[in-house]
Amino acid sequence: MQLTQKHHEYWNRNLKVTATLLALWFLVTFIMGFFARELNEVVILGFPLGFYMSAQGSLIIYVLIIWYYAHYMNNLDQEYGVHEGEEV
Amino acid sequence: MATQSTAAFTKQLTKYYSFYTGGFVAFVILVAILEQMGVPNKILGYMFLGATILLYAGIGVMAKTAEVSEYYVAGRRVPAFFNGMATGADWMSAASFIGMAGTLYLSGYDGLAFVLGWTGGYCLVALFLAPYLRKFGQFTIPDFLGARFGGDIPRMIGVFAAIVCSFTYVIAQIYGVGLITSRFTGLEFQVGVFAGLAGVLVCSFLGGMKAVTWTQVAQYIILIVAYMIPVVWLSVHHGFGPVPQVAYGYALQKVTDREKVLNDKTTPDGAREESVRQIFRDRAAAADAKLKGLEAGGSAFLTEEKKKLEDKVAALKAQTDPSADPKAIEAAEKALGAFPSDAAKAKEQWTKDKGIGARAAPIKAHAQPFQGKDEKASDIARKNFLALILCLMVGTAALPHILMRYYTTPSVKDARKSVFWSLFFIFLLYFTAPCLAVLAKFDVYTILVGSKFTELPAWVNAWAAVDKTLMNISDINGDGIVQLAEIVIGGDLIVLATPEIAGLPYVISGLVAAGGLAAALSTADGLLLTIANAMSHDIYYKMIDPNAPTTRRLAVSKGLLLVVAVVAAYVTSLKPGDILFLVGAAFSLAASGFFPALVCGVFWRRANKMGAILGMLSGLGICMYYMYMTYPFFGVKAPLWWDINPISAGLFGIPVGFIGVIVGSLISAPPNKEVQDLVDHVRYPNLETDYKAATA
Repeated sequence: MQLTQKHHEYWNRNLKVTATLLALWFLVTFIMGFFARELNEVVILGFPLGFYMSAQGSLIIYVLIIWYYAHYMNNLDQEYGVHEGEEV
Repeated sequence: MATQSTAAFTKQLTKYYSFYTGGFVAFVILVAILEQMGVPNKILGYMFLGATILLYAGIGVMAKTAEVSEYYVAGRRVPAFFNGMATGADWMSAASFIGMAGTLYLSGYDGLAFVLGWTGGYCLVALFLAPYLRKFGQFTIPDFLGARFGGDIPRMIGVFAAIVCSFTYVIAQIYGVGLITSRFTGLEFQVGVFAGLAGVLVCSFLGGMKAVTWTQVAQYIILIVAYMIPVVWLSVHHGFGPVPQVAYGYALQKVTDREKVLNDKTTPDGAREESVRQIFRDRAAAADAKLKGLEAGGSAFLTEEKKKLEDKVAALKAQTDPSADPKAIEAAEKALGAFPSDAAKAKEQWTKDKGIGARAAPIKAHAQPFQGKDEKASDIARKNFLALILCLMVGTAALPHILMRYYTTPSVKDARKSVFWSLFFIFLLYFTAPCLAVLAKFDVYTILVGSKFTELPAWVNAWAAVDKTLMNISDINGDGIVQLAEIVIGGDLIVLATPEIAGLPYVISGLVAAGGLAAALSTADGLLLTIANAMSHDIYYKMIDPNAPTTRRLAVSKGLLLVVAVVAAYVTSLKPGDILFLVGAAFSLAASGFFPALVCGVFWRRANKMGAILGMLSGLGICMYYMYMTYPFFGVKAPLWWDINPISAGLFGIPVGFIGVIVGSLISAPPNKEVQDLVDHVRYPNLETDYKAATA
């Protein structure tokens, strides 16, 4: 089947959101992990920040990343009319 | 069944599982009452393990099926929420449930690599794989490789990689099953392995993926309840409130302060620690001196040393003083009896003695990342920390038993939501584990350390009596007071002993055991099914006999399941090596073998058969090569590349795999029209027209 202009646009927006979220994932995992020693200088509610990010903060961000992606893409499917028929 | 709408089905499931949870709570209360009536702990342990295994088997019987799509992908009608729970149970193994908090207790910040790696990987699953695989909509991961790259070779490599990493991983699970059943029922380890396995088999044997899915949901509920109750109780017990995940910063601060006091020789507590450490240092130095003497003097030195001991015994015996301590003679004779008989044995024993010097090291700060003796060592620790995270994350996104779960949702939309629920349910346990580690540390550092040896808490004595590798405590410096350096704790103790540390009745310990068993069994279930399906579906049906009737396909599948399970149990009963390494190795292998080919298959239209073959083989090859060369078990002990530990071999395998796919694809012709259509098919949820999914 010939892909329409709309299909390409849909795919490009998909790639864009994927890349953005991946960059966020990379930031909280590797950049913050790399500077964990330095982040530990900051203490919030008894937690050194570097420790807190690796123990809990990053995890919360991962959950949000996936939630946002599902939400965004499911809407995008509707917007571009590429969603599946109502499943039975 | 397809006539029932998803909404109605979800409602029905919610009702069933609410009843089920209520029933389980009632059961726990019943056991608690029995305990108060004086039923012995061992019987309670049997009740817990027996009842839960029967329950799983019961679900298996109820969900039995003879339909291919139900057997392989649970009929593709598992709602996102429930698939999330099932994935959570499938994912969290005995290592997560029992080992994780202990690893964090022992290694502090650096142990968080596992927490990060085993959750962040789901971002990759969500962004790169789950929705596309669901759209592809076949039965196994090698199916995708076979269809996307064409021909049997990519499929074959996929089957090989799936079996290698799943089998490595399943050994670790069955090991956990054996450990728990043997600890809580007193059965032999080997018997425990087979008893637990029987529960797995009834379930997957009768109902395949359908039965496994519904059992895993049930197992998730048990394991999360079993994990949370003791932690919350412990937190309340120490006055940190009922939401320890938020409040443990305060406990962490106290632990950190306590670490400083104990490391400071000028404080009374620190001085007592120092006196114990000095004893360890002296012992290590004495052993070292003997080793040096042995090297210089050879067997002559050995004879001389032995002579000294003999003289000492003789001198003590010759003493006529009635006030002489008879124990001194006994001790001297014992030392003489234990004296190594030859140079090789002497070297072995004294090297071991010298190792005790490690216990003289100062306490590692719990929250301090990447500790090392100097900046260089610290940087190496950081490098390995990040490398391990990468391997665990990419491995997560490439383990076939997890990816397979996203074939079971009703739609692409549900697959996306389902990844969210999966990580949410996994997250509940993983963000509690660091907090349990700190709370346990708080208990040990502030209550146990400094208490009297005559008044040790009951749980300390109980666990020290059960297993010295879990709890070993002795008054080294003879002052009658517990110092931290006098305690050796095994990681698994933390989760297993938490109910007792928090002062909960035995019924909660039984619950924790049931939770650990649920974690190990659910993961073992998923893995065994993956292996059996790869062999029956991909090898037998797709390559050997594509015309096989449905009944025969399922018969082959079930037969193989049985064989794989028995082989895995047999291998486990031999107790092979280091469990943590096995698990890590499975992740590195999956990451190097599958990830590049799967991702390029979706995102790069130009990727073709040659690329996939080259990518998978080179990725797997380099990963296995590095492990073989550097992991001490294999005996080669080649120098490390950039100081990367063998467990993170995937750090080299992943990029090599990607390069392999790219180079291989560019040097051969682009894929044909049919494959290009398949790529479009997986990318756009509504495209149905061109690529005809082979119907079962």
